[in-house]
Parts: sequence; structure tokens; C-alpha cells
Amino acid sequence: MRRGNLLLGGALTAALVGMALVSLVWTPYSPTGMDFLHRLARPSMAHPMGTDPFGRDVLSMIMAVARSSLAVALIAVAVGAGIGVPLGGVAAMSGGWVDGLVMRGADLAFAFPALLTAVMITALAGPGAANAMLAIGIFNIPVFARVTRGAAMQAGEMDYVIAARAVGRGEIAIMLRHVLPNIFGVLLVQITIQFALAIVADAGLSYVGLGTQPPFPSWGRMLNDAQTFVYRAPLLAVFPGVAITLAVLGLNLLGDGLRDMLDPRLTGRR
Amino acid sequence: MRCFLARGLAVAFGLGLVTAAQGAQAAKDTLVVGMVLEPPFLDPTAGAASAIREVTYANIYEGLTRIDEKGQVQPALAESWTVSPDGLIYTFKLHTGVKFHDGTPFDCSVVKFSYDRAVAPGSVNAQKGLFEPIASTACPNPATAVVTLKRPAANFLFDMGWGDAVMVSPNSIATDKTNPVGTGPFKFVRWVKGDRVEMERNPDYWGAQPKLAHVTFRFISDPSAAMAALLAGDVDAFPNFPAPEALDAIRANPRFTVAIGTTSGKTILALNDARKPFDDARVRRALAYAINRDELVDALANYGKPIGSHAVPGDFGYVDLTGVYPYDPTKAKALLAEAGVKPGTEMTILLPPPAYARRGGEVIAEMLGSVGITVKLVPIEFAQWLDQVFTRSDFDATIIAHTEDRDLDIYARDKYYFNYHNPAYQALYKQYQEAVDPAKQLALAQALQRTLAEDEPNVFLFSLAKVGVWNAKLRGMWENTPIPANDVTGIYWVD
Amino acid sequence: MGRLVLRRLAALLATLLAASVIVFLVLSVLPGDPAALILGTSARPDTLAALRHQMGLDRPVWVRYLAWIWGLARGDFGVSTTYDVPVVELIRQRVMVSLPLAAMGIVLSTAIAIPAGVAAAARRGRAVDAALMGVAQLGVALPNFWLGILLILAFSVALPWFPASGFAGWDHGIWPGVHSLLLPALALALPQAAILARVTRSAVLETLGADYVRTALAKGLRGWVVLWRHAVRNALIPVVTIIGLQFSFLMAGTVIIENVFTLPGLGRLIFQAIAQRDLIVVQDLVVLLAGSVIVVNFLVDLAYFALDPRLQAPGQ
Repeated sequence: MRRGNLLLGGALTAALVGMALVSLVWTPYSPTGMDFLHRLARPSMAHPMGTDPFGRDVLSMIMAVARSSLAVALIAVAVGAGIGVPLGGVAAMSGGWVDGLVMRGADLAFAFPALLTAVMITALAGPGAANAMLAIGIFNIPVFARVTRGAAMQAGEMDYVIAARAVGRGEIAIMLRHVLPNIFGVLLVQITIQFALAIVADAGLSYVGLGTQPPFPSWGRMLNDAQTFVYRAPLLAVFPGVAITLAVLGLNLLGDGLRDMLDPRLTGRR
Repeated sequence: MRCFLARGLAVAFGLGLVTAAQGAQAAKDTLVVGMVLEPPFLDPTAGAASAIREVTYANIYEGLTRIDEKGQVQPALAESWTVSPDGLIYTFKLHTGVKFHDGTPFDCSVVKFSYDRAVAPGSVNAQKGLFEPIASTACPNPATAVVTLKRPAANFLFDMGWGDAVMVSPNSIATDKTNPVGTGPFKFVRWVKGDRVEMERNPDYWGAQPKLAHVTFRFISDPSAAMAALLAGDVDAFPNFPAPEALDAIRANPRFTVAIGTTSGKTILALNDARKPFDDARVRRALAYAINRDELVDALANYGKPIGSHAVPGDFGYVDLTGVYPYDPTKAKALLAEAGVKPGTEMTILLPPPAYARRGGEVIAEMLGSVGITVKLVPIEFAQWLDQVFTRSDFDATIIAHTEDRDLDIYARDKYYFNYHNPAYQALYKQYQEAVDPAKQLALAQALQRTLAEDEPNVFLFSLAKVGVWNAKLRGMWENTPIPANDVTGIYWVD
Repeated sequence: MGRLVLRRLAALLATLLAASVIVFLVLSVLPGDPAALILGTSARPDTLAALRHQMGLDRPVWVRYLAWIWGLARGDFGVSTTYDVPVVELIRQRVMVSLPLAAMGIVLSTAIAIPAGVAAAARRGRAVDAALMGVAQLGVALPNFWLGILLILAFSVALPWFPASGFAGWDHGIWPGVHSLLLPALALALPQAAILARVTRSAVLETLGADYVRTALAKGLRGWVVLWRHAVRNALIPVVTIIGLQFSFLMAGTVIIENVFTLPGLGRLIFQAIAQRDLIVVQDLVVLLAGSVIVVNFLVDLAYFALDPRLQAPGQ
């Protein structure tokens, strides 16, 4: 069961990354190339997933989006972890009013639904992949801050940390040398979860027109476009969704597998 | 419950069948009109949104003149008029015995109030320019209004037929935005925000009584929702159907009439003529050669027609100039090379929300890409479009439909967002504006269009079609919309 | 406990105030002039200035902020600049869509998840457990807006049982309204149910191992009585936490689902108001949404006290 999660998740994630890498050098057609003679074509040998209203090859578009979607998620998680982990660490080590301030800030950030943040950022700076990364990244900051704080506080009570403090090591050194390696597993699991969430969020944002912009395709916009044509070409609304679901499923399974591996105590519960 | 059943049935039996409920009643006298956008408020003299006029024009509010389906000027609250030989004094003979819905009598004092209010310094009329020629309005007697102009204005009678020039009562003007009071054949009943506006027959109307007793305007912006509402019979008519590209299913259905009409909407790829390289006419022509307008219209499936100048078929003096720059990518590349535009040159096209811009932009980006121009598409909201493009002229290119009728003047202005300056055109336009002889006017209108086609200040793309879908038993729907309006006064049901 | 509640209330107010400042600052630097949008392309500078004055846009930023906050404090949400009606009226109409939707989502997700989670826990390691948790794993990965589209494909296009979009309103009774909200509520509920089922399962498993459950079993109580009366009741704490978190998620989730099904709810009102630069509506809505999330979290904290006798002990 536990190895199964890890294997299936790893395989799906590897397939996603593989597809993204392949799309860098090869897609069956140009993902932006239009063919007005073959609009809304049904799946065939030439177009395994058919074509969209402008005659673009759906498979090529899905491959290309794997790449951009991973990029958005990667940067969003990097922003979230890059800022959230130090904040959480500082809050845990300092305690007192610093801790309170960081945690109230996290509450505040939590009160704004991620989509709302994205809408505001987009209204301010215009839509685009960069803004989607930023909006999702901002949403990730309090998540990482809270997780890090919780884990670091637990680790802070461990004997070796107390021992290190007793011999007069600086707080930053303790944090980097002793605490961080110990909470790495927890963070890794959180990273895969947030990665999956970021992929869904990116698709959701582009569904409402706030994410990656045309001519470059996005799964969300493909779904939105498809909705107008549900009476004529219902399959257009299926493929991009399958892609998102498999990508997220893979990452979730990978996360579960990692958690089970790193924390055997939880085995079988999830 | 009944509503749910009707919907369930209609949808259940799919596209081919007639719902029983509909056929049974004779002489139905209610109508539900579907619209895409909801008006922000209902006073057409205080805002530019077309939706305001699409609800109120001719139904609730009337002006001295009105524009009919063909774009002709017809008498309305003025039963007749005379124009002085120098074209400066318009004497309107007003209908007598006309009352506003709140009982306020209509006479010349109302005309004076309405026009004075529109030209006043604190006026918030979105089309203040229409009233700009007016020097004064006088009332020799209650049934006569004399409007004196500062200079001749060829379109004055047409302009006074716009929704922005309707008569408003001094007694209700403060509340017209939410509770519109006019002289029209329909009285406002209620407005459920986000959903619908209802109106009913005005029994005291001065003219012929309309056949409909109750009219509801419902606001449904989503294409699939519009389709569902139409199939379910929740909406009787969509004068402007939001999803023309999905219309195939409905066209085959005998329950509905599909009318592809014209609007005065000229969809253009507007270029910033003050910015390099678009200040070079060769570049602009190259862009025109590079865009396959037939294919563009086809891909958008919006029933538009290619245009070659700033005019659409049916316009006053329309000339077909689509042959001036036929699709010719080789020529486009040659012209670009000649103008020193290297392959890979970037340009940014700003796209406001309508589908013609957002989806059209994708197609145009692809077409320009194949002649070596790298297009960056940037979608923006209308608020930003107005600010960045229209007010500050900070753009390379944008796709926009100019929906005003007879708006050739925008190319003669000193300052307009696309920064076109051509003294020859300005002189020509001045002649046109001051011409009193209709034959001369016509010739000049054609000359203006030719000059624009030659210079190609913007790339003229296609006319905006009006794709109307309505119950096949409805008569009197407008197929064309020369001005934003859904005039329901002449609509009736047949069996 | 009273002091704690007071402290949390103070923090709640401070958070709301901070949220209001952030929203206001962001909106005040938004490009695009609301007055220009109303007047359109033929507007003349004097007309614009007149309207800007009418709308109060010519006042300094801080004056506008204070006027807004002072209004909010007195329960006055202001007047929408596009619709020219009180914002309260706009919001009231939209809440009648969003709140029932979120509520139906929560109810559906809870109704599906708790039995599923308990069943999986009770049959731990068996086929039922594996099947339920497999489905849950897939459900967590389903984006709700795609699920919405799939539901439309299945139950509006292929089997025309439900409207593809739109909201029938409450004018014609409860059923047409519920009927048009059912698919969107399901789209919202299923992915949430998947998460909730997993949490329920592990929470129940945890309590099943606890002493009092063993004691109860040892006392000879029947298995399912123990399961429901002891194990499930005590497992409710983490479950309630998740439901609380899901509420805030659902309030945000409805924004996209409202777009999928074109429902005239709060989410679409925000989008529309931002596009129309109806700033006061956006400000009010953001504070309202953020506020409701904060309040719900507060209520979840209170629910802890009610559910966990240990927390009610003095000194806690």
C-alpha cells in the first residue's frame, strides 16, 4: 500500500515532468499553430485528442501546458517556502511578540481567499503567468510559515537542540544545523501538497482568465473555451481536466508515499 | 414550479420539439427579451453604456426625433420640423397632450430643460458632443421649440434621435437612474438587479398603443446560459445572441427565427499612428495585407462581414473597399522589408473583454506571426482600456469595435486615441460636415472612406453582425441595429 | 474562557481593519477611472470632471478611506457607483445565491464524507476501506471547476435533468432555486468530501485505539454503539476543524463555480465590480468575505470548547 502510493505517484509525476521536458523540443504540432480547415476535429490518427475551435492540436497544447504549469507551481512554491519557512522558523525560535505578529499576519493572509488575492494582483498588474505565480506564492507563505513553526517548535524541544543551546550555539546556527534538517521531511511533504494545489490554482486562475495568457495555452482556458462548445465538441472539455487530475493525483500520491516513508508512525492511517 | 416543468420539458425533448404550453395561448401579449449586459442604471442621458439604451430607448424614453430600423430619422415627440435655409435654425412642432408617466405634461419647456441640461457645464451626458452645436433653445409657444445652432450640423436631426438626446422631465430627473420616467409607450415596473427589468403598457400613451402588455428584459451574459434559456422558453428573443459560434443547433430548429443583421459596429485593429513603426503607412498597409479577413471572420464564426474602410454595408454612402488590400502575405513581407521592419519585430495588441477582441486577437497574432511579426497579446478590462488606450494613447495596437453610426469625424479630430493626422482628410471632412446638398454629401462621404482605405490608419477588419434569435411566432423584431436599441413598440405575436 | 473570547474578538477586529486598509490601498492605485468608464468614449473633460465630483472621486485618498470606514462602523455600506443603489441591497440579492450554495456544499460534503470515513475506519484494511479511500484519493485530485463542467456534460447535455447554468431564483418557491444550485453544490462538495472522508477515517481510527473506547468495548457495549457514541463523537474535533477551514475554502471556491454555472452570486459580483471599477462594492465585499472567514474560524474555536470536555476544565 505504502510503496504503491510512492510508486504510482512517482510514475505519474515522472510522466508529467517527462511530458513537460519533451514539449520543450517536440510537440506533434505547434501548440499555437492554427489550422482553419480543421476546426473542432474529432480525435483521429492525425490529432489524437482532436482540435480546438481554431484548429489547434489539443495534444500539443496539453503537452505545452504541462511545462508552463509546472513552472508556475515551482515558482509559486519556491516563493511560499522561501519566505514562509524563514518566517516560521524565526517565529518558533523567538517566541513572544515576534511569534504573535507573524501568526496574526498569517491569519490575515489566510482571511483573503487565494483567488481574491489573485484578482487584486491581476487588476493591479494585468493578467499573466507571473502574477499567477505571485498570487499563489503569497497564498503559500502562511502555509509554510505555520507548518515550519509547528515542526520547529517540536524539534526545539528535542534533547540535541537543548544541548546545543546549552553549549552556547547561536540561534541561527541551531536553526540551520539542527532544526532544519529535522523538519526537512515535514517540509518536503508539504511541498508536494502545495505543488499539487498550485497546479489546481493555476488552472483555476486561467479558467477565469487570470493566469497564463494567449497565445500560449493553459488548461484552465482550454476548459473555459470548451464550455462554449459543449453541444458540438464535448471531448474538448474532457482532456485538459484529465491532465490536471492526473498531475494532481500523482503529486498527492507522491506526497502520501513520502510521508509514510519518512514517518512510519502514520503508516496505514492515511 | 411551472417554470421548472417547462424548462425540464423543453430541454428534455431537445432541440426539435415544440413545447405544448407555448402554442396553446392565442394572442400572447408578454415578451421576455434576453440581453447580454445589464445596464448600470436607466438614465440614458447620464452614461455611455449601450445597455441603458437597449432597455429604455423608444420604449420608455423618447426624443424629438427617433431612428428607425433602417437608420432613418423619423418624427417622434416632434411631429414635424422646418430648417432655415442656412441650416442654423430648427423649428420643431411638438405633439400636444403628451404626458410623462408621472403625469408631468410635455411641452417646449421640457425640450428646453433637456437640451439646456445636456449642454450645461455640469452636464454628465456621455455624448455631450452631439449637443455642442446648439447655441440656444427657445419656446415661442408651448407647442413649438426653436433650436438655434452655432454652425450648420449635417447630422443634427439624426443626433437628436440618439438615446442620449431623449426628453427627461425636470420632476423626475433626480430618480431616473433607478426609476426611469419618460413619455414612451411603456412604463417602468421594476428592476431586479443582476436579473431583469420589467415594464408594462402605458395606457395614457399619446401615440398608437403597443400590442404587448408586459415586457421583461433579462440579463444573461453567459453563452451556454443564453442557449439554455432560449431552448427552455424562458427567453423569447435574444436580439443579440452572445454565442453566435454555437448557433448551428438553433438554426436547424423551426421553433426559432435566426436573423443575421448588421450593426454600425466597425471592428478594427486600431494602431497608434504616432508610434513607430505604425507612423509609416507602408507598415499599416502591410498589416492589412497580412490579415486574411475572410478567414478571421470564419474562425470567429460571428457572422461579421469584412470591411475595407471605416464604414459597414448599409452606412450612408458605403463603398466596398475590401479589395484595396487583399490577403497577400508576400506583399506584406515585401512592404515590411521596404519600411525597414525586421522579421521578429514585436508588437503588443491590447485586448478588451469582448470575444471579437479576445478570440480575434489570437487569430490575428497567428496571422501576423506568419509575416514575421511577433505579437504579444495583453487582455485588459474596459476601465483600463479607456484609461490607457483611449485617454493616454499608450499602446501599439488594440482590437475594438466602434459602434457609433456616422462616426467618420473621429479621423478628423486633432486628438483621438489612434493619433491619425491628415490635413487633407480634415479639410474633406469639414466640407462634408457643412455640405447641405444631399448629393454632394454622399459624394463626400464616399471620398472620406476612400481616403481612409488608402491611408489605412487602422486595419479595418469586419463589421459586427447582430445575430438575433427569437421565437418564430414573433413579428416586428429589429433585424438591424443602426443605434443601440431594442425597440419593442412594434412587436407582436402570431399563431 | 471569557477573557480568551475577548482577546480573540480584539484580534479579529484588528485583522479586519488591516484587511480594509490593504484592500483600500490596492484599489486606490488601480488603473482605470470609474467615471470615465461610465461616460465612455465620447466623454468630454468637463463632463468627466463633473461626474468625478459627483462621485466624490476628487477627494483625497485618506478622506475617502475614513468616510468608508466611518460608514461601515455605522452599518452603512455606501452606494454602488455603477448601479447607483445601496451596496447592501446588491449584496443581499447575491448572498441569497452564494450562501445557500456554500451551505449546500457543506451539507452535501459532510453527508457524504462522515459515513464514508466512518465506514472505512470500521472496515479498516478491507476492500471497502481500500475502495473508499481510492475514490477519495481521486476526489482530492479533482479540480471542482472541471467536475462542474463534467456534471454539466453528464446531467445537462447528455441527460437533460438540470440547467447547464443560471439561477432560477427563489421567487417560484424553494425547489427551482435548489434545483439550479444542486449541480454546482455537488461540484463544490465532492472534492471537499474526499478530504473530509480521509480526515474522518484517521480521526476515528485514532479514537478507536483510545482507552475509553477499549473500556467501553470491555464493558460489553455493542460494536456499532461504541463506534458512534464514543469513537465518532470524539473524532468530531478534527472533523469540525476541517469543516470550518472548508467553509472559507468554499466561499472562495464558489467564485470559480459561480463562473462555471453563471450564478449571480457574490463571487461574480466581485469580478464584475472590479471590471466596472465599482470600488466601494469591491471594498465592502472583500471585507465581508475576509470577515466571514475570520468569524468562522472564531466559531470553530468556540466549537472546540463545546466538543472537547478537556478544554472546558478550569485553568485551560
